[in-house]
Amino acid sequence: MDRSGTPLNMVRANNHRFAGRRAAGILLAALPILFLAVFFFYPLLSILQISLIPDGTLDLSGFAELITSDYYRRVFFFTVQQAVLSTVITLAMALPAAFVFARFEFPGKSLLLSLATLPFVLPTVVVAAAFGALIGEHGVINSVIVSLFGLSDVPIQLEGTVAIILIAHAFYNYSVALRIIGSYWATLSPRMDEAARVLGAHGWRLWWTIRLPALRPAILAAAALVFIFTFTSFGVVLILGGIRFATLEVEIFNQARNLFNLNMAAALSLVQIGFMFIVMLIYTRLSRAATADIQAARAVARKPRTKGENALVVITVGVMMVFQFAPLLALIWRSFTVGDQGFTTRYYSALSTNPRGSVLFAPPLEAIGNSVSIALITTVLAVVLGMLTAYLLARRDSWAARALDAVFMLPLATSAVTLGFGFIIALDEPPLNLRASPLMIPLAHTLVALPFVVRSILPGLRSISPNIRGAAAVMGASPFTVWRTIDLPLISRGVIVGAVFAFTISMGEFGASLFIARPDTPTIPVVIFRLLGQPGAGNYGQALAMSVILMGVCAISFITIERLRKLGMGEF
Amino acid sequence: MFLRAFGLILIALLFSGAAVAQTPTTLTVIAHDSFNYSEEVMAAFTEETGIAVEVLRLGDAGSLVNQAILSRENPLGDVLYGVDNTFLSRALEEDLFTPYQSPALADVPEAFQLDPEFRVTPVDYGDVCLNYDAAYFAANDLPLPESLADLTDPAYRGLLAVQNPATSSPGLAFLMATIAVFGEDGDTTYLDYWAELVANDVYISQDWTDTYYGQFSGSAGSEGDRPLIVSYASSPPAEIFFADPQPETAPTGAIVTDDTCFRQIEFAGILAGTQNQAAAEQFMDFLLSVEFQEDMPLQMFVFPVNTNAALPDVFTDYAQIPENPIILDPEVIDAHRESWIQAWTEAVLR
Repeated sequence: MDRSGTPLNMVRANNHRFAGRRAAGILLAALPILFLAVFFFYPLLSILQISLIPDGTLDLSGFAELITSDYYRRVFFFTVQQAVLSTVITLAMALPAAFVFARFEFPGKSLLLSLATLPFVLPTVVVAAAFGALIGEHGVINSVIVSLFGLSDVPIQLEGTVAIILIAHAFYNYSVALRIIGSYWATLSPRMDEAARVLGAHGWRLWWTIRLPALRPAILAAAALVFIFTFTSFGVVLILGGIRFATLEVEIFNQARNLFNLNMAAALSLVQIGFMFIVMLIYTRLSRAATADIQAARAVARKPRTKGENALVVITVGVMMVFQFAPLLALIWRSFTVGDQGFTTRYYSALSTNPRGSVLFAPPLEAIGNSVSIALITTVLAVVLGMLTAYLLARRDSWAARALDAVFMLPLATSAVTLGFGFIIALDEPPLNLRASPLMIPLAHTLVALPFVVRSILPGLRSISPNIRGAAAVMGASPFTVWRTIDLPLISRGVIVGAVFAFTISMGEFGASLFIARPDTPTIPVVIFRLLGQPGAGNYGQALAMSVILMGVCAISFITIERLRKLGMGEF
Repeated sequence: MFLRAFGLILIALLFSGAAVAQTPTTLTVIAHDSFNYSEEVMAAFTEETGIAVEVLRLGDAGSLVNQAILSRENPLGDVLYGVDNTFLSRALEEDLFTPYQSPALADVPEAFQLDPEFRVTPVDYGDVCLNYDAAYFAANDLPLPESLADLTDPAYRGLLAVQNPATSSPGLAFLMATIAVFGEDGDTTYLDYWAELVANDVYISQDWTDTYYGQFSGSAGSEGDRPLIVSYASSPPAEIFFADPQPETAPTGAIVTDDTCFRQIEFAGILAGTQNQAAAEQFMDFLLSVEFQEDMPLQMFVFPVNTNAALPDVFTDYAQIPENPIILDPEVIDAHRESWIQAWTEAVLR
């Protein structure tokens, strides 16, 4: 677009409008920063101050021990190692699937994509039970192999190994990678692919020279999230990994909760946050340099035509079935068969009864109501703040913008116990006496969900050429019209993915709730943990039934979100 | 300028929601996540005294005490319920509580009253004991172990599952039981004992839930294959209570022989700085009342400290109370917790 050809009066009018818009822009940009300052940095710095400067003098004994101790070095390296491996495995599994989902149309596709996010909501204890039923010593797979080949020993023994930690991490994060990469891929024009093919690029060369570079922003975004998520892994390492493995997160919990050694916990927290910050800085640097030919592609996906394409679709769906859905099916099956009574729905019906008249009793509908309300508040907060953040970060490319980008990832890198203790001491006085407020939990969830929303939107947003927006504005489109007709179609997939993750994180989140004082608003995960804390088949069966209900509520929500998106997309 | 105005608006918005939740006439009790009671009993208390009780739950016992300490200057509530003897001296050292000697303590044995200054009041107790799978021991014609030393016998090889003391409260209780029995010096220290347990293929899991539902063969809900685990003396009655239909014979039992169980006592205390001292005292009396004490066993699967409180049938039929459990001085526990856990971790895990 040749700007010099624009009539002068039009430019002036635009400038005028621009000044008013600028103030509004600054205001909007300030919101996410303010949110982070009040609900992340203020509590974090408060707890660090109490921990590191207890009596007015700086106490660095925790750091001294960190540096001299062999043990902490091993914990650190193990943390990094398992996170790198988990990320590589997750991406390797998700990448071909993302390709299939972006490029091909096949029956049940959108349902499958919606349900792929389900593992993400399940509490670790429940996943451990599902894995046990499937690949445990007495699980289905081992029993089948043993009886097929008449073995005397159990062939698969994963309990307490690094392998099971990696498998569980891939199980949890597969959908993160699939959805972030897949949604970006779907907006990439296939023309480049076709051109490359015409020029003779096939097989791995097509992947290596054309597809992977084009996908770089989305792959990096997914990798960053998976890495940060597995780096701070707590439940998986604790419950599935058994006792021989500890991540920094586990150590921080141990120091803060068990030993009340806040100094050591603060030192470990700072190491974790500092390391993550450096990794995220590198990441934001790498992800900047990417440009792509992006378009609002609705008709890009097509039916598979060749035998090879058909096979690819079948294999992808097959892998998802075995890897993602078999543990979930095992869990559903268990919820009907726990105990010695054969098939029974008793655990589901028992959920609504309160024979002891307990105050802790929460009927399923109440728990569902609480969970869904908290998740909706979280989703709205995270999507609005996330979109503002994404714009804030996409417009500028400077050292400061990259640092800010990394800063917005930090809540994910911060241990729940550190932040929870920070809330207790920081948010205790008016106007911020939020310690026992029902808002505290959605606010904490928003902190965790925000990085997901930002990462989901940003790759698409960055690839919108400013020329298009400029052209539209020059032709007289209002800022809102520009946003609605140019930005929204291109980022809507990212927004939906971000919304789904915000909702999911909130529905399944339990860690932060652990360290936040709260009046009784039992969510589904809280009810599951209460049940699992007591002996007896009734409690265990009800916990599994509640987990199945959690999956059901999430599945319905995902399908609804997907439907809404299709309705909304209709006008574009 | 804009930023400031916006911040104030945001804060005001947040506040409009938060302010509604608190009314000055209610008594706020901070407690761990397992604090449970029947609605009926609490309603009767409110009706009788006019005191409405709001409960804030703050994670497990350890998190509860830590958060109470962090918020000491500006307490989260009026009363704290749920500090046990393993965390007691941490709480007492930090001067969290105002002394109150409830008249109801007359019905509580002195053995439970660990604080001579009455800053905390015992409310309930439970014993961490070995649980066994009755069917397994009957089918294999194997006698039950009678002491901790028996567990290193090859006859029990591969049968036992315990919890990591660094992450689990019954795990720590069991570690302290071994320390009390074997000591830190001498021919066989507790660490030597643990080395023998490891040689005898003990399974160590991270938490109680994994042990009970993942490893134990005795629980009806479990897939596990270990017939001996560390749990509570109240687990066998709970196993019966939550079974439907109730089995004729108990599927699990607790071993309560001398010097095998570790006693956990839970306390409540009035938080220093409360504006509701009188109401808080009434609530403390209520915690020790026969009504509340008789309600506790089926709500929290703990035992009442009030000797006038009768146990429910499922407890009298299926629960056993050890005559000589191990009781350690809270100060000794707090002074050594870190070094014990560290030594154990070095010896057993690495």
